Amino acid sequence: MAEVTDLREAVAGLVHDGDAVALEGFTHLIPTAAAHEIIRQGRKDLTLIRMTPDLIYDQMIGMGCARKLVFSWGGNPGVGSLHRFRDAIENDWPVPLEIEEHSHAGMANRYVAGASNLPFAVLRGYVGTDLPKVTSTIAPVTCPFTGEELMAVPALNPDVSIIHAQQADSRGNVAIWGISGIQKEAALSARRAIATVEEVVEELTPHPFQIVLPAVVFDAVAVEPKGAHPSYADGYYDRDNVFYEAWDPIGRDREAFRSWMEQHVLGTENFGEYFRSVRGEGMVAK
Amino acid sequence: MTANRGMGEAAAPYTADEMMTVAASRELRDGAVCFVGIGLPSEAANLARATHAPGCVLIYESGTVGAKPDVLPLSIGDGVLAAHADSVVSVPEIFNYWLQAGRVDVGFLGAAQVDRFGNINTTVVGDYQHPKVRLPGAGGAPEIAASAREVIIMLRHKRRAFVERLSFVTSVGHGAGGGSRDDLGYPGAGPTVLITDLGVLRPDPETRELTLVALHPGATVEGAREATGWNLKVADDPGTTEPPTERELELLRDLKARTEAARGGSTRGTET
Repeated sequence: MAEVTDLREAVAGLVHDGDAVALEGFTHLIPTAAAHEIIRQGRKDLTLIRMTPDLIYDQMIGMGCARKLVFSWGGNPGVGSLHRFRDAIENDWPVPLEIEEHSHAGMANRYVAGASNLPFAVLRGYVGTDLPKVTSTIAPVTCPFTGEELMAVPALNPDVSIIHAQQADSRGNVAIWGISGIQKEAALSARRAIATVEEVVEELTPHPFQIVLPAVVFDAVAVEPKGAHPSYADGYYDRDNVFYEAWDPIGRDREAFRSWMEQHVLGTENFGEYFRSVRGEGMVAK
Repeated sequence: MTANRGMGEAAAPYTADEMMTVAASRELRDGAVCFVGIGLPSEAANLARATHAPGCVLIYESGTVGAKPDVLPLSIGDGVLAAHADSVVSVPEIFNYWLQAGRVDVGFLGAAQVDRFGNINTTVVGDYQHPKVRLPGAGGAPEIAASAREVIIMLRHKRRAFVERLSFVTSVGHGAGGGSRDDLGYPGAGPTVLITDLGVLRPDPETRELTLVALHPGATVEGAREATGWNLKVADDPGTTEPPTERELELLRDLKARTEAARGGSTRGTET
């Protein structure tokens, strides 16, 4: 049952070195605050799982938290490349990064299988592409009923999944509305789950396209206002494009990256302090 | 940005990129269910919705069905996609119940590189283990290319993008040509058109090799050959694309200006 706690305690207790960790959010509700807390606590050797690794995985990879990345699309959405991700793959900096690469459909189905406690999922795809040649977790399987050949992908069961949501109620039930992406499957496929939320309300009220993940799904719920910045939280704030564009030159340069992370992430106690720090640098849209 | 490569010397009233977007938008028929990538495809699909195809149903892989963005989305999960959508579903649902189930008429894709059979690379340039350039990866494209009834590709015509041999096949077009795509068992017909900033390429009915069938005004066969990394096949008598109408241009520029104003910044997009 979810305990409403603070993020530092949640990460300290639930995210361990060497874990397979999924921080999901399909360009909406990206759990930035949680990623920063993992960096602050110096986690190492993580297998990072995410369909769309973007700025937060660029930061975690650049800070040497990851040993392996499982993903389907890695970029700075709307801007360009992830330079830390590329530097790790192209030049092994700061540490070599093993990759396991899928398509979105493959990753989505892997989470579904994980959430369903099945060993694998089947889909029509990958045939004729070079992905099965480089990714060992794609293999053909024959339908026992029709004889059709399909592709199988193994379940994803992260040690811990972390999502950001708009609200939790006081009992720890978590509400997401708008684009909910893959967060439900990420949370339900994980051995442990953490939600950060914009706020805790007494009673959840309906919103368009809302899903509610019951408190029993989570081990911890922590309040982190603006915790998805620079992505957006429908009903709370918009995507901060200024930040996404400002990230490009920082991520491009190893020194600039390190000193930025040291000043704003390692040099702050929590996400609120971090946010004031980057706002002071003009990296946040007015 | 101004019209350049392949365009005439006289100051054109529209850019090569605008011509490309307009030409691509015309390929989308009204009422089609269209799975759209971010960037150029999204721009063209929304222009189509504003002009001749108000009834097309735009699907983005973040799960929005019947998206009606009033400004161009900067990312695949942009809030404007959900705001006026007919429905918003989960990512597994969009790929399984919509795309794989055959509910998508048209897949509208960008690419980093394409070959003569419309196969697409968005993964790496160079060796996979030690790439020269690491690209974003597959995203939704492999299954869009597999399962959409037909695929429209948009790509600026450049030699480094139109290559003899792809470093990596991320998404299948017409495979090795001829009937090779059929042998893969995919339900969709594959790429039916490739729109560039120089012209329009369609697969040969027999060999499935992309053939230059029309040039945009001012572009030349020589220019297109120069910008293609293989020996480009050209139709006997390539046509000329109708230039953008005033209305098309006005609506496209209006869409981009509104986007710029809303974002207070760039309207650049990447393909996902």
